Amino acid sequence: TLRSVLTEEETFTVLQNISDSNSFVAASLWCFEEMTMAAATFAKRLIGSRSSSTTATSVARAFCSSTTPITATMFPGDGIGPEIAESVKQVFTTAGVPINWEEHYVSAEIDPRTQSFLTWESLESVRRNKVGLKGPMATPIGKGHRSLNLTLRKELNLYANVRPCYSLPGYKTRYDDVNLITIRENTEGEYSGLEHQVVRGVVESLKIITRQASLRVAEYAFHYAKTHGRERVSAIHKANIMQKTDGLFLKCCREVAEKYPEITYEEVVIDNCCMMLVKNPALFDVLVMPNLYGDIISDLCAGLVGGLGLTPSCNIGEDGVALAEAVHGSAPDIAGKNLANPTALLLSGVMMLRHLKLNEQAEQIHSAIINTIAEGKYRTADLGGSSTTTDFTKAILTHSSIFLPSSMKSFSPKEKLVTAFMGGFTSQLVKEISIEECVKEAGCYASNVVLQRFGCI
Amino acid sequence: MLWCDMEASLNLLNLGLGRMVITKFCSERIAKYAFEYAYLNNRKKVTAVHKANIMKLADGLFLESCREVAKKYPGITYNEIIVDNCCMQLVAKPEQFDVMVTPNLYGNLVANTAAGIAGGTGVMPGGNVGADHAVFEQGASAGNVGKDSIVRKNKANPVALLLSSAMMLRHLQFPSFADRLETAVKRVISEGKCRTKDLGGQSTTQEVVDAVIAKLE
Repeated sequence: TLRSVLTEEETFTVLQNISDSNSFVAASLWCFEEMTMAAATFAKRLIGSRSSSTTATSVARAFCSSTTPITATMFPGDGIGPEIAESVKQVFTTAGVPINWEEHYVSAEIDPRTQSFLTWESLESVRRNKVGLKGPMATPIGKGHRSLNLTLRKELNLYANVRPCYSLPGYKTRYDDVNLITIRENTEGEYSGLEHQVVRGVVESLKIITRQASLRVAEYAFHYAKTHGRERVSAIHKANIMQKTDGLFLKCCREVAEKYPEITYEEVVIDNCCMMLVKNPALFDVLVMPNLYGDIISDLCAGLVGGLGLTPSCNIGEDGVALAEAVHGSAPDIAGKNLANPTALLLSGVMMLRHLKLNEQAEQIHSAIINTIAEGKYRTADLGGSSTTTDFTKAILTHSSIFLPSSMKSFSPKEKLVTAFMGGFTSQLVKEISIEECVKEAGCYASNVVLQRFGCI
Repeated sequence: MLWCDMEASLNLLNLGLGRMVITKFCSERIAKYAFEYAYLNNRKKVTAVHKANIMKLADGLFLESCREVAKKYPGITYNEIIVDNCCMQLVAKPEQFDVMVTPNLYGNLVANTAAGIAGGTGVMPGGNVGADHAVFEQGASAGNVGKDSIVRKNKANPVALLLSSAMMLRHLQFPSFADRLETAVKRVISEGKCRTKDLGGQSTTQEVVDAVIAKLE
C-alpha cells in the first residue's frame, strides 16, 4: 500500500493535491481502501484543535440524507442494456441520489396476464412507484404478441413522449445551436393499428384523433414549457390537407394556449417544420405533435444533435407516471463488450430526476456528463473515441467537482478532506455497514482513477 | 396512397377520423417509375421509405410492390428504410441516399427535409408526372409559397423554377436545351456573385435571371 511507500508528509501532499483538484470524494474513498482508521487519526492530527465530534455531527447531517429514499423501477433491457444500467446505478449512487432500484427483466415466456413478455409484476411495479427507467428492449421476432414498447404504452397509458434535443458542447455536428423539446402524442393518431384489406390490393388504415388525447398532450406541452422556462410552443400539423383530424388537434392546442397567455403559440405545417429544422433549428423551442409526425420529427431532431445514442426521452402517463427510456436499440453486436455509450440512459435518468424534483442532483449529474463529453478525453466508440463504458463512467464521476452537498462548497481543501473522512466514517456508523460495503456502495473504482492519475499504480 | 381525402367528424367535435388508403396498383406504378428513372439516369440505388413495422398491412403492401419491381432491375441496388431512421440519416449522412421512393405522406416530409439540406425551397426543382400529363414546379412545398412580400421586393429565388423547367425540357426530349439551362444556372450559383436573399446574397430576381441568360451559350 501507499502507506508503506510514502512518508506522512508525502502522503499528506498527495492528499492535498487530490483535495485541491476537488476529487475529494475519490480521495476519501482511496483513503478508506488504503488506510482506514489510520486516515482518520491522520486527518485529526492535521486539523489540530478542531474537535472531531462537532465535525462528525455536521457531517452526519450533511451525509446522512433525511429524505426517504424513493423506489424506482428499472428495466435494464437487452443487449447493452445491463451494462449501461450499471453505469447509471454507479453515477446515481455516487451523486447521492436517494433512489432504490427495483429491477425487472423481460421474461422468456409470455405472461398470460399481460399477453406479452413483460410480466404483470414489472408493470405493477411501475404503477406503484410511478417512476421508472428503461433500457433498450428488443422485441422478439415472432407472431402472436404485442411489441414490448406498445405493451408498456397501453398498459401504463403513457400519453406523451418528451425528448429534449440540444447540441452537446464538445460533440460537433452540422448544427450547434439546437435547443428544443419535442412532445409527441403517443396513444393514437396514425398508429392506432386499425388496418384492414378492403379488397385484394387495397388496404385502408385508420387515423384517429380524439379531443381528449389532444387536449391531454397539449396540456402537458404547455405545462412543461411553463415549468422549464420555455417561451414558445409550436404545434406541428398538416391541417390544410387533413382538416378533420389535424384540425381537431389544432383546435385543442389553441384552447390550451389560451390558458397560458405568457407562452407564445404558433402553428407550423409539417413541410415548413422539416425545412426549418434542417435550415435553422434554433427557430424552435417546444414542439407538440400528433403521433406520426412526432415519431419522425423527434428522430430527425435526434439526428441533428448526434443520434439516438445521445438522446434522452421520457414517457408521461396518467397519474404522474413517468418512464424515462433510452431510445436507441439494444445493439446486440457490442453487447457485453464494455463498448456501449451510456449517455442516453444517463440523460434519461436526469430527466427522471427532474420529474421527481430532485433538481440539484439532476443538475450535478447533467453537468458532469456534459463536461466529460466536452472535454473529449473519454469518449466511447460511437462518438469517435476509444474509451470503454466503464472508463467513460469513471470519467463522469471523477470529472465532476460538485458531487457534494452544497453546504460544503465553501470549505477549504483541508476541511473538505476531513469532512470526507469523517462523513465516510459517520455514515459507516449510522448505517452500521462495513468499510468494504461503504466503499463498494460509493464506487471504489474512483479511487483507482485517482491513484492512476498520480502515477501511484 | 390517397391522401386521407375521406374524413369524417363523428360525435360532433370530439373525434376526427382519417383514412389512409394504399393500393397495389398505385404502389406498383410509383415503384416502376422510380426504378425506370434510376435506370435511365444512371442511378445506382433505390431506397423505399416506409413504416411497415407499425402499419403492417398498408406499408407492407407498398413494400411488397417495390420488391416485386426491384426484381426486374437486378442492376440497381434496392433497400428499405424506416421513415424515422431515414430522416435521422438524412440530416447526418445524406450522401448515402440516391433515389428514394415513398408513399405520399412520408414523401412530403422526406422531400422537404432533403431539399432543406441541399439548399432550401428556392433551389430545388421538382415535377409531377402522370400517364398523360406532367406539371413541373419547385420541389419543396415549404416556405415562401405565395408570400406577397417577397414578390413585391423582388427577392424570390428563380433558380428552383428554372431548374424545374430544365426538367420539363428533358421530359420533352430536349436534352441539349436542358443541359444548357442547367449548366448556366449552376455556374451562376457556384460563382456566388448573383444570389438572392435565401442563399445569403443581395440580388433581385431579375438580376439572377439576367446572369443566367448571360451564361447561356
